[in-house]
Amino acid sequence: MTYDSVATISQVVSLLMFVVLFAGVLAYALWPSNGPRFEAAQRSALDLDDSQNAKRGRP
Amino acid sequence: MRAQGWQLGHPGDTAMADTREGLEAFSDVLAVLAAGVFTLVGAIWFFGSSDPAMSFHGLLMMVASAIAGIYVLNVTFREKAAIAIGSYEPPEGYFDGPIKVTVVAAVIWGIAGFLVGVILALQLAYPALNFDLPWLSFGRLRPLHTSAVIFAFGGNVLIGTSFYVVQRTCHARLAGRWSPWFVVWGYQLFIAIAGTGYLLGITQAKEYAEPEWYADLFLTIIWVTYLLVFLGTIWRRKEPHIYVANWFYLAFIVTIAMLHLVNNAAIPVSFTSPASYILWSGVQDAMTQWWYGHNAVGFFLTAGFLGIMYYFIPKRVERPVYSYRLSIVHFWTLIFLYIWAGPHHLHYTALPDWAQTLGMTFSIMLWMPSWGGMINGLMTLSGAWDKLRTDAVVRLLVVSVAFYGMSTFEGPLMSIKAVNSLSHYTDWTIGHVHSGALGWVAMVSFGAIYCLVPWLWKRPGLYSMRLVEWHFWISTLGILLYITAMWVSGITQGLMWRAYDSLGFLQYSFIETVEAMHPYYVIRAIGGILFLIGGFIMAYNVWRTIRGDVPVDLAEQPRVAAAPGLRLQPAE
Repeated sequence: MTYDSVATISQVVSLLMFVVLFAGVLAYALWPSNGPRFEAAQRSALDLDDSQNAKRGRP
Repeated sequence: MRAQGWQLGHPGDTAMADTREGLEAFSDVLAVLAAGVFTLVGAIWFFGSSDPAMSFHGLLMMVASAIAGIYVLNVTFREKAAIAIGSYEPPEGYFDGPIKVTVVAAVIWGIAGFLVGVILALQLAYPALNFDLPWLSFGRLRPLHTSAVIFAFGGNVLIGTSFYVVQRTCHARLAGRWSPWFVVWGYQLFIAIAGTGYLLGITQAKEYAEPEWYADLFLTIIWVTYLLVFLGTIWRRKEPHIYVANWFYLAFIVTIAMLHLVNNAAIPVSFTSPASYILWSGVQDAMTQWWYGHNAVGFFLTAGFLGIMYYFIPKRVERPVYSYRLSIVHFWTLIFLYIWAGPHHLHYTALPDWAQTLGMTFSIMLWMPSWGGMINGLMTLSGAWDKLRTDAVVRLLVVSVAFYGMSTFEGPLMSIKAVNSLSHYTDWTIGHVHSGALGWVAMVSFGAIYCLVPWLWKRPGLYSMRLVEWHFWISTLGILLYITAMWVSGITQGLMWRAYDSLGFLQYSFIETVEAMHPYYVIRAIGGILFLIGGFIMAYNVWRTIRGDVPVDLAEQPRVAAAPGLRLQPAE
């Protein structure tokens, strides 16, 4: 196997890998049911809801 | 049990108390042992090294570790006595002591780093200012400046904010009893060893990775402990979801560990010699170095500070991130693309052409996540744009994101080979770096520090919001002077270097290009001095706030300026 063929194969394989990874990330981020879950999770993590915090004894 | 009580431990639960006491005793023993080992190693270097600088570093290590060991023993015995008479109260709530150390350290190291930067800028404008002393020569002061601002100032901000953010967003106490203290104080010791080493002439001559093997090994131990503390805190989280800021911090910690280990793989000449030989050679060494160097930008100066952006902007403006979905795409694309961009530092060198093109291509692709992230940060203010006018801390945070957008536009532009042939080795690069470092990194850090000081020291607000205004404007003016001077200087330099006369000879001698830079170097130094004055204003304000002085303009401060327990509830 020559240097050129190793370079070509690795470049093509990594390109495909990146496409698959990116598709996976987009699917996870944009999946319809994930949207409301993300919003609820970040409100809770950021303690943005004062009444909830008071209930849980958080500052 | 998950939903109940977010504090560690349950008072009255004897089984839990026993386990906790056992764990505490174990960590006490471990801490004392570690301090003993470090004292011993320091002693070996102090007594064994024939190099005076390394011997001095051994002394530093020995004394600092011995003090730490005695302190741990002292605390342990006092706690044992308190348990015996039943007056012991186990630590509860968030673990903020180490964070306070990093905040104060960041302010002090920041001023030291900016000051050395100003001295260097003045030396470039007036070379006589090195006074012909080896310790003040440009070659030794330059790594002192870069390390002080990046690793000492930036590093303390990152360690401090990451410890703060991971606890708040996980609703869990920081993991470890002595480990967070070791991370924080060990890191200061590393900075002292690295910084004094540069002045005394110890360097392995790798840009941004100058510390020699023994300092590198010490940092490795600190960094692995840092990773474990961070992961341990995430592990005990009460929130099911890991908030996006923590992903950025984790990417920063893990990647820096990897970069540090690979780029510093060196064989020391002996255990008591500061000199070492790097494993890599030639173009492989250059590639490893810039894989490290550019990812220090990508993961230390970008990913880590994006963690700050994703926590402190939403907290300060009291609204969620504009699009959480975008933040996820931002994170994954940023980390997958950045790691490949390093070769753009080696255009037109012995590096294979395809690798240069790869570095350039990935740099250009980085436009997308960078601007996606910038838009996400800025749009978090939608509906609250008035805060930009009324809250100078918000302005610092938001203008930093605007500078982030600007410098991440400029960077890919400069990575294009044709542009790079003009910009490389010129002051344009220095200007670009400082628009990122002063505009983005330092401004977002100032914003975070102004948030953290009243929150950590439980104050009703900052001592003076008026002084934050002054800091904001004076440093913005300084940055603008700096980067515009460097644009003009850099492009002039690049054009003069490549100018030919009609006979094919170079139009200008090198010294003529140096002479042409003089006015811009003076303007740059003035910009740096303004930025330094801003640092002093911040230090004064932070000091008065910590001291507990009554704020002079509390009515002008938003409710979030106060510590969490001291805030007025918003009107329903």
